[in-house]
Amino acid sequence: MFGPLVCKPGSSRNNKTGPWRTELRPKFLKKECIACNMCLVVCPEACISGQGKNNYDFDPDFCKGCGNCAAVCPKKDIEMVKEDSA
Amino acid sequence: MSKTLFNSGHTACAGCGQSMAARLVIDAAGSNTIVANNTGCLEVFSTKYPETSWGVPFIHSLFENAAAVASGIESAVKYLGKGDEINIIAQAGDGGTADIGLQALSGMLERGHNILYVCYDNEAYMNTGVQRSGLTPFDTNTTTSPVGSASSGNLRPKKPMPEIANAHGIPYVATASAGLPLDLQRKVKKAISIKGPKYIQVHVPCPLGWRHETNLTINVAKLAVDTGLYPLIEYENGIISARRQITPKPVEEYLKVQGRFKHLLKNPEEIKKIQDIADNNIKKYGLKLEAS
Amino acid sequence: MKELLEGSLAVAEIVRLCKPGVISAYPITPQTHIVEELAQIVANGKLNAQFVNVESEHSAASTVLGSVACGVRSYTATSSQGLFLMAEVLYNIAGMRLPVIMTTAARAISAPINIWNDHQDVVSLRDSGWIQFHAEDIQEAVDLHLIAYRLGEDKSIMLPVMVCIDGFILTHGLETVNMPSQEEVDKFLPSYKAPYKLDVTNPLTLGPLVDPEFYTEARFALNETHKEALALIPKITVEFSKVFGRNYNGLIEGYQMKDAERVIVAMGSVCGTVKDVVDELRKKGKKVGLLKITSLRPFPASYIYEALKNIPKVAVIDRALSLGSFAPLAAEIKAVFFGRPKMPKTISSFVVGLGGRDITRESIKEIFRLLTGKEKQGEFIDLKPELLKESYE
Repeated sequence: MFGPLVCKPGSSRNNKTGPWRTELRPKFLKKECIACNMCLVVCPEACISGQGKNNYDFDPDFCKGCGNCAAVCPKKDIEMVKEDSA
Repeated sequence: MSKTLFNSGHTACAGCGQSMAARLVIDAAGSNTIVANNTGCLEVFSTKYPETSWGVPFIHSLFENAAAVASGIESAVKYLGKGDEINIIAQAGDGGTADIGLQALSGMLERGHNILYVCYDNEAYMNTGVQRSGLTPFDTNTTTSPVGSASSGNLRPKKPMPEIANAHGIPYVATASAGLPLDLQRKVKKAISIKGPKYIQVHVPCPLGWRHETNLTINVAKLAVDTGLYPLIEYENGIISARRQITPKPVEEYLKVQGRFKHLLKNPEEIKKIQDIADNNIKKYGLKLEAS
Repeated sequence: MKELLEGSLAVAEIVRLCKPGVISAYPITPQTHIVEELAQIVANGKLNAQFVNVESEHSAASTVLGSVACGVRSYTATSSQGLFLMAEVLYNIAGMRLPVIMTTAARAISAPINIWNDHQDVVSLRDSGWIQFHAEDIQEAVDLHLIAYRLGEDKSIMLPVMVCIDGFILTHGLETVNMPSQEEVDKFLPSYKAPYKLDVTNPLTLGPLVDPEFYTEARFALNETHKEALALIPKITVEFSKVFGRNYNGLIEGYQMKDAERVIVAMGSVCGTVKDVVDELRKKGKKVGLLKITSLRPFPASYIYEALKNIPKVAVIDRALSLGSFAPLAAEIKAVFFGRPKMPKTISSFVVGLGGRDITRESIKEIFRLLTGKEKQGEFIDLKPELLKESYE
């Protein structure tokens, strides 16, 4: 029956929001990271993962490029860089 | 991807403070939780059929009734004998809480349901295009409290929702901020450990409505706390049990990074009025960190 | 077991036998006796249910929305302004496909404020997506609640059902009622097993945002389900009669229709008065009859067509108005015949009994009398023209 309109858990992962990024994306430098986890904690897209020092990264399929991860990084070990840069 | 109960792929604006806070709240509450959500940004950007970001049972009904829907869920869960096993969260934005949903919320609090109510306070009706709500701060420029030659924005200060919730005699009330994520999660965990109705109001910046840079979400939220404009308080059984103390920063630091307050920057008289609000908060709640 | 019962107490008793786990209501006259009795039943430990005293009808409907969404059978009741305050939630409940069952003590609407019976409240909610039954007497009110739970919770239907009973006339009237036993009820009404629900072991999202890509189909499906309900109701009532021995069609009921030349179409308690008048006139050799509409939604158009197609003169009684247009039931009855091969010569429309004005035998006789003349359009019966001359100046 169509009508109850039930959604399966976590199914929004089918919707890739990466193309929303217009200019900038984060670059995880992986040099000074102290594994404080704050980038992961604040990411509005839940698209940062990692464990242990210099191991964190973001998922380009979902990152909208807001830049809060770079803003909270206490070691300035995340930079916002041009989308097409290396 | 971190393991979360609020998944990627939602359609919130970049830098959305509410999407940050919503994930922090549900991850703190855990998978044994049922969520009832009012209509608003959060529900719209996280549950677009046939997809959902939620990893817990989630229901959206209407704009003003999440507290009542949650009351029914809690009653059903109690009837099923699972009252002690399952957490129930009712959540809404500031308009859905302080304005249109206030009656349902008051009923839920008064009846003593074992529910945590979370208000995501981004200080205006963002989902409909930044209209003024009862939680919009004094002098804010919104689309229905616009700045003009005869007005410097919203005429009234924020409705004291935490005090209103507290006046219901409920066991736990707290304010929190997306700018202090771990503090928010601690409060959620504390709240769900307490039986009865709980109220948490989370300050969540909205880059679109507040007109700040998307990467400033955390910093703007922190500035609200550090100026005394958004006091972080906990009430237990009616009494203030904890407060986050600050070395107050001038309110101008908070105002100047947001387009919604831009009109005030050349108006020291209006800034003074806002500084007075912050000073009153600092005095009233004892927020000032004394030099030791 | 036969008992002399007030309608409200009879409804409360049948609700108890249906074993809802959550009951939520807000008081409004003339619904109060029903929920007071249920509160007492719960307080006496005779029903294991959560009774939620909410702060408004909006929250009453929202509370049972939440509990049914958890897969727990639930119940609410309201009337008039309360129904209107619920209106937003009622549309939502139907759209979310949640089988909430509600009693509506049909009552006039404000302004002017008036607590007495008519159908303006319930008829206004005919487009909400709820199945809407109208009871003629207390026995039928009792039985329709059983049918409502059985129908609404059927996996192929999953729709809310409203049982409309005339305020005061049925809610506060006394009648000898055949109250079924728990065994009989359990035989007819299985426990509710929700095909989808809020469950931490299977965490679904209910009530998502639906964009233009899916919305039309969602509403289409809702409408289709009403058609399925139309087919299912007579099957359920056959099973009902096997268990309880009372026969209903569940959609319409004809009374002295066989050779009738003049027929009144009506809903609710007035049908009892019409039957009395039909009996009286039949004794005098007048070929008159009644067609009672039990199910306003789904609207049993083809049944009505078959029942009325050969009747020369039909009168439709409305106890409601569609201000600025045709009386609502009359408009729908007329629509049944458009483009069909047969139809009555005249279908007259009468508005009767608003705000508790008595519909007497004389009122009904007057309608039958008027049927011998020209077709009437929205004719008020028992109107007091002298009052219309009064002025506020």
